[in-house]
Amino acid sequence: MRVRLIDIAHARSGDKGDTGNVGVIARKKEYYPILSKYLTVERVKQHFQGITLGTVERFDLPNLWALNFLLHESLGGGGTTSLKNDAQGKTLSSAMLRMELDIDETITL
Amino acid sequence: MNTSVKEKIRIASGQGFWGDLQTAPYDQVSKGPIDYIMMDFLAEVTMSIMQKQKKRNPELGYAKDLVPIVEHILPTCIDKKIKIITNGGGVNPSGCRDAIFRWARKKGIKNLKIGVVLGDDILDRLGELRSKGILLNNMDTGETLSAVIDGVMSANVYFGAWPIVEALRQDAQIIITGRTTDTGLTLAPMIYEFDWKRDDWDKLAAGTVAGHILECGGQASGGNFSADWRSVHDLAHIGFPIAEAYLDGEIVITKHENSGGLVSLQTVKEQLMYEIGDPVHYITPDCVADFTTIQLEQVGQHRVKMFGVKGNPATDSYKVSMSYHDGYTAVGTLTYAWPDALEKARAANEILCTRLADLGLKFDEIRSEFMGYNSCHGPLSAVPDEVNEVVLRVGVRGHDHHAVERFGKELAPLILTGPPGVTGFAGGRPKPGEVIAYWPALIPKTAVTPRVEVTEV
Repeated sequence: MRVRLIDIAHARSGDKGDTGNVGVIARKKEYYPILSKYLTVERVKQHFQGITLGTVERFDLPNLWALNFLLHESLGGGGTTSLKNDAQGKTLSSAMLRMELDIDETITL
Repeated sequence: MNTSVKEKIRIASGQGFWGDLQTAPYDQVSKGPIDYIMMDFLAEVTMSIMQKQKKRNPELGYAKDLVPIVEHILPTCIDKKIKIITNGGGVNPSGCRDAIFRWARKKGIKNLKIGVVLGDDILDRLGELRSKGILLNNMDTGETLSAVIDGVMSANVYFGAWPIVEALRQDAQIIITGRTTDTGLTLAPMIYEFDWKRDDWDKLAAGTVAGHILECGGQASGGNFSADWRSVHDLAHIGFPIAEAYLDGEIVITKHENSGGLVSLQTVKEQLMYEIGDPVHYITPDCVADFTTIQLEQVGQHRVKMFGVKGNPATDSYKVSMSYHDGYTAVGTLTYAWPDALEKARAANEILCTRLADLGLKFDEIRSEFMGYNSCHGPLSAVPDEVNEVVLRVGVRGHDHHAVERFGKELAPLILTGPPGVTGFAGGRPKPGEVIAYWPALIPKTAVTPRVEVTEV
């Protein structure tokens, strides 16, 4: 089935220099395995094409039903160097939540 | 001297950054029982601004907003025996203390003890340190400091909780530091009250995580809430978070009952995920906390218990935050209305860039964005059939101050010499701002010693 990430997860983003971090948190415990399986580094890198110029890293926090992604070179240099309106990556979290996933499993929303 | 070990203390978050909600500190000290209030005033670039202020006037160099806040809350804090811990001292914690003492004397306040933590400012020690082989290379890129050393504007070591603990042990009621980790501001009272040891790694990690939850104020208690922002009650009167810490290291995150906002598993998780890298190694001067061991449980309305946190030994180094001058930027905006708002904004941008090129102006970067269309989500943005209005936002960055300033003069002419239906220029000509770039480095702990001074008014 096709699932909108925003229906099964919430997110928060922050910045460290030119890197944005996006934490993606499953809304329910049963959604976490879906996130873990389908939100791969490749999928996220593809999603952020044109925004993230560097590499993507993923870290797992099963205790919080969450994944942490580091999106390198996403903030136009970051800090006071950046000319971006969103120089601190505050809206990277909602950009992540635009993702749609085609999953093999059937889940109830 | 701490003569009795408490079982439970309440530490309130008062400010998440310099510029945060000015009413929050007074609400925290007056709306319910707390033992400590912590306030963070330092972003990355703040120290460089404060160094400039101190150069112009040696009595300045601290967060000026801090003094009126202390004036407002201090009578209540004295009454209720609430202690204040803040890094608003910037590059002049002593100057900040003196300003508060002057006000206190005018008010006839007696027996007030203020502690300052000094020694974090190493701007005048760079030559000495480098000659000793402490090179302060960029810890992210490996670049050598010599590349930027002439433009360095500030250099501060991140101290942790222990200097604050020392000040508490000398009975300070207000503690003003320079550069200290936000987590240290919250952890210190726990160490002091519960007599935790330097190698109680799990407890230090728990206090550190609580500090991370508190360090952005309302962002943990319903602010910027992705999961369900509409469900947050009365954001106008949001209660900042409070860490109710226990002797054994369990901590309940909560807020005052008669306040707006929301403390739930989801709000706490969002703040836990904010600005973290590798969660297993959350490195602070006091310990290395493992965020993958945090257990959370909702134990009441607006009460989330945190337990099971594991920590590892602290490293041998402190982090150093340095800033250096790296050019100038200027940004201007113009608003284009229907019809054809986006097309007109794009055309205006073309005209502007052509004129800048004709003038022979050189920039390191020109960036044009279309706010209201795709400035936030870029290529992920849905393409609407029609936009009612679009804000063209153009910025330039370069090392030629004249070029950046000259760019500022090219926005207004577009109103009368560009596409129609344009407005939003009354803000005035964009002026060049300084680029203050960030240089993180490491320094052996043996090379820097924090100094604590506690004095009475």
